[in-house]
Amino acid sequence: MTLPLRPRAEALAAPLPPLLADASKLARGVMLGEHGRKRPGMGDAFWQYRTAQPGDPARSIDWRRSARSDVHFVAEKEWQAAQSVVFWVDRGQSMQFTSDKNTPTKSDRAALLSLATAVLLVQAGERVGLTDMGMRPMRGEVQLGRVAERLMDRAEADYAVPDLSILPRHSRAVFVSDFMADPAPIEAALATAADRGVTGVLLQILDPSEEAFPFDGRTVFHSVGNSLEFETRKAGELRDRYLDRLARRKERLGAMADLTGWRFHTHHTNDSPSSALLWIYAALEGRA
Amino acid sequence: MFTLGPIGFVTPWLLAALITLPVLWLILRAIPPAPIRRAFPGVALLLGLEDEDSEADRTPWWLLLLRMLAVAAMILGFAGPILNPEPVETGSGPLVVMVDDSFAAAPDWRARLDAADRRLEAAASTGRRVAVVALNDLPADGGLPLRSAADAQARLDGLLPKAWPVNHAPALDWLDTVEGGFDTLWLSDGLSGDSRAALARALQSRGGLTVMEPPAPRIGLQPARIADGMVRISATRSSGEAPQDIEVTGQGPDPAGVERELARATLTFEQGATEAVAEVSLPPELRNRIARFEVEGMRSAGTVSLADDTLRRRKVALLGGDSEEGLELLSPLHYLREALVPTADVMEGTLSDMIAASPDVVILADVAALAPTDKEMLEEWVAEGGLLLRFAGPRLAAADTGRTEEDPLLPVRLRVGGRDVGGAMSWGEARALAPFPEDSPFYGLAVPEDVEVTSQVLAEPGPQLSDRTIAALVDGTPLVTRKTLADGQVVLIHVSANAEWSTLPLSGLFVQMLERLAVSTRTGAPEAGELEGTTWVPETLLDGFGALDDAGERPGVAGERLTGTLGPDLPPGLYADEDRRVAVNVIGEDTVLRPAQWPASVVPEWQGAREETDLSGWLLMLALAALAIDVIASLFLSGRLTGARGKAAASAALIGVALLIAPQPAQAQDATPETTTQDGGKSDAALLAATAEVTLAYVRTGDPALDDVSAAGLLGLGQQLFSRTSVEPEVPVGVDLETDELAVYPLLYWPVTEDQPAPSSEAYAKLNAYLRGGGMIVFDTRDGDVAGFGSGATPEGSRLRSLARPLDIPPLEPIPNDHVLTRAFYLLSDFPGRYFGQSVWVEASPPDAERAEGMPFRNLNDGVTPILIGGNDWASAWAVNENGSPMFPVGRGFAGERQREIAYRFGVNLVMHVLTGNYKSDQVHVPALLERLGQ
Repeated sequence: MTLPLRPRAEALAAPLPPLLADASKLARGVMLGEHGRKRPGMGDAFWQYRTAQPGDPARSIDWRRSARSDVHFVAEKEWQAAQSVVFWVDRGQSMQFTSDKNTPTKSDRAALLSLATAVLLVQAGERVGLTDMGMRPMRGEVQLGRVAERLMDRAEADYAVPDLSILPRHSRAVFVSDFMADPAPIEAALATAADRGVTGVLLQILDPSEEAFPFDGRTVFHSVGNSLEFETRKAGELRDRYLDRLARRKERLGAMADLTGWRFHTHHTNDSPSSALLWIYAALEGRA
Repeated sequence: MFTLGPIGFVTPWLLAALITLPVLWLILRAIPPAPIRRAFPGVALLLGLEDEDSEADRTPWWLLLLRMLAVAAMILGFAGPILNPEPVETGSGPLVVMVDDSFAAAPDWRARLDAADRRLEAAASTGRRVAVVALNDLPADGGLPLRSAADAQARLDGLLPKAWPVNHAPALDWLDTVEGGFDTLWLSDGLSGDSRAALARALQSRGGLTVMEPPAPRIGLQPARIADGMVRISATRSSGEAPQDIEVTGQGPDPAGVERELARATLTFEQGATEAVAEVSLPPELRNRIARFEVEGMRSAGTVSLADDTLRRRKVALLGGDSEEGLELLSPLHYLREALVPTADVMEGTLSDMIAASPDVVILADVAALAPTDKEMLEEWVAEGGLLLRFAGPRLAAADTGRTEEDPLLPVRLRVGGRDVGGAMSWGEARALAPFPEDSPFYGLAVPEDVEVTSQVLAEPGPQLSDRTIAALVDGTPLVTRKTLADGQVVLIHVSANAEWSTLPLSGLFVQMLERLAVSTRTGAPEAGELEGTTWVPETLLDGFGALDDAGERPGVAGERLTGTLGPDLPPGLYADEDRRVAVNVIGEDTVLRPAQWPASVVPEWQGAREETDLSGWLLMLALAALAIDVIASLFLSGRLTGARGKAAASAALIGVALLIAPQPAQAQDATPETTTQDGGKSDAALLAATAEVTLAYVRTGDPALDDVSAAGLLGLGQQLFSRTSVEPEVPVGVDLETDELAVYPLLYWPVTEDQPAPSSEAYAKLNAYLRGGGMIVFDTRDGDVAGFGSGATPEGSRLRSLARPLDIPPLEPIPNDHVLTRAFYLLSDFPGRYFGQSVWVEASPPDAERAEGMPFRNLNDGVTPILIGGNDWASAWAVNENGSPMFPVGRGFAGERQREIAYRFGVNLVMHVLTGNYKSDQVHVPALLERLGQ
């Protein structure tokens, strides 16, 4: 027997409002700017007055301005075009990790940052969507709700592979992951995106313990999904070599991003999310 | 018992378990610490890394060592190790335990008995017969009181030290009555004695002699003396190697009669010195109250020094007739001053001033007539136990006082004129003094040949004259007469206090007589001669530990005996003869304590320092500590000490170790604050809060609803005071009359109910003290709505009458319209509460109050009325709920609110009246003051 629809829906939606609220709160700290095209066209913002030319429809004449002189003026608006921004958020089991009960899991932080970015973009009039959502990017609050809902999904695999089923040409993309898995699929995904003229950002989210490796003694490390296991007698002696590998992984991601015109950033879960949000937003605007 | 050097083991076979240690080492070494399983996404990056150290993982050697140490400590601990085990006693035949049961043995009496007890236990195991002999209490019938060792232990435990030193000479005699040989264990008190060496040699000739003597020097506290206005405290000790500090406290009753510490001094024995002195400056009132000095932390009769008259200074008031200026030697007071100033606190002035200072003795030198008020005051003072000493003189001889009938302030009637003998114009020769009769306080004083009397006043012969005469001339004429007046006495010396009439003031006898009359006091220990003929009754006696006991019914001691050596017939203590006190102390001013001298063949020993110590507790604690450290070390090695949780665990473990290592002091520190808080924590805090701010209080009646109304009412009044005046009261307090302290509350609101239980008599005493101390009680019968009807009192009214009957209440009157309450803050004409119109009663104004010139008020400059009685249910009118709005309706509509406002104003006036007293009443003078300022 299944429960009536409404309780199920409410239970399902329960985590969404806090996430959305958190994301909105985070987004509120960022100054908005429309993607103005710096040329006249369709849009809401005033661009310039020009004298009316023959052929201009009468309703485009700005009578208030025209009344001040003998010539008729037309108020032109700045051309604003909405863009599509798609997100790929790693929902593999490795993202469910946190080393301290006081810091959020990596997936929580990834969802928060992605949704906050989405909120900002929707407020800026852009279309947002997830690459694995099965529908084109759209604008509006409803789409935010859908995105938030999908961000709650969990993948079975320890380390997820980018899914590029929805990646419109010339759109922008945001890939959020810890990028701990084999880098080959990521590179392939970046290549595909570059082929479609898509640029964007790679946001690597790491737990502080993954950056510091504060372990010692005889230890069996296993992945969160238990698919991988590694035993060492003196974990402390592995620290330098692990950190070296991590640095090389970051370098490789950075190099890939540079090659394809993307931008790469590492964010730690014990840092404030707003700095990462600012970075994403600036990177998407092409300013940072 | 298996011994290994200074350590013995109770269960040595457990030590065999030590063999297992190497095996344990091998096993522990082979087992590495278990790995931790840790989720870590970064494992993908770790894959393929190799451990650099290819050696098999092993527990590090130092951790193994720690664990071995823990196990070894545990095995050793359970094997029952004992440090300095008591050596096994060897020997047979009877054993005599001789005890120096003197005061010097008292400080470590328990340790001595324990030391002897251990020897007796050993003797019990070998079945020796034992005799316990206390040297101050030798077996009366001679011979050895031999018993079984267990019996002897019981006898030993029952021994108590005596308060006097031990004399060994009788023991030598006793030894002659004993036959056969025996071993001796002598518990020496460590002080030298004349026959000690002889006794030791005699005992050695009978068998083995073991002397046990604690090495600590014996300390004696010498009597305190007054020197140059300072109290000089000195102490002596038997041997002076190391420097030593002792604390000496002076104990005595405080004004309430409770024994407490009145003075304190630190005496320092320098290196090698056997004497220590300290001087303390004490005000005479304090000094006179000191009953004894004692060395803190030492229980012995030798470290207690009772204070007697030598430490007291009587307050003597001197009043003489006017003397001509410049004729100092003729002044009637000159010789008295000379005699008294060294030994008493002498004051001079007007009689009323001096009586107010409550002197011990008043001396009137040739004062015939006193003002009626002075006379009355003096009589009263004498009746309360004072000593009035009068000297005759020309004025007394000429006056009419006590001629026709007996003056209460003269012991006898006087004949007109007096007589002159031995002068140029008289017959006969100057008369000498007769020896003092036995019932005279002067009995025993030697009469110097050269004391002559040339003039005197004469007593009228009467039936009581001979009883009242305590000194007479050779011809039987009374020279000193005395009578008792209630608790006090009046003494008349029939000659003048100067050398005009007799040579008595020039002689030493004069001073001695003053002393016998307890007018002056001695400055040093009494001489045997001074005490001749007196009998002293012990008041309190010292036991060996220096504790004071009531002497009970003991026979008196002849004065000469007091200066002799202490013994059962003269135990140390405080002895009294009439008003005089002599302390017989163990340590006199010249007593010197010397360490005991033993023959060369006797070496005193003392096991006390090297007592048996059970080490198992320490070893087990060491094992636990090692295991606790092992826990932390293991956590560290396995990498579990990182992260917040690891650190918390580590600090918890560290605290655990710390607690393990130092459990004793921690317990002691925990215990003390707890006991203090339990005693009186909450009420003290409430009292402190009440003293910090003005706090209104109400009496808890036992009716919770009524108490709530009282609290709310005072709260409402407090809020009004807060907003209107500079009085900012705290939250009101409900007081329980039986248990709570009232003195801190300026105002007590007491609502009266019909069935209120009456407070206990203690509570009434407290209430009366509160009223006398300036407190104010507001009685509210809350029956203003019905009290006006009918003729009888309301139930509350009658209850109030019975409640207030035991209270110390002045006459009351309905509040007059010029009472200070009508203008303490607001100008009021009536005092409504929830009800209106009932009269309010306050303390009646004095009948002589008069209206000042041109003033609308009478001049009522008296204190605050201690009581206010009314029935207008003020608390209900004042009461506010937690929102600050009134709890009860008052009257109707606007008029009602006006009535509530007046009620608040009355409350404000009430509190102002309590706090400022007659300040407003004083304002009747303001116009006059302003007028003066204007000029």
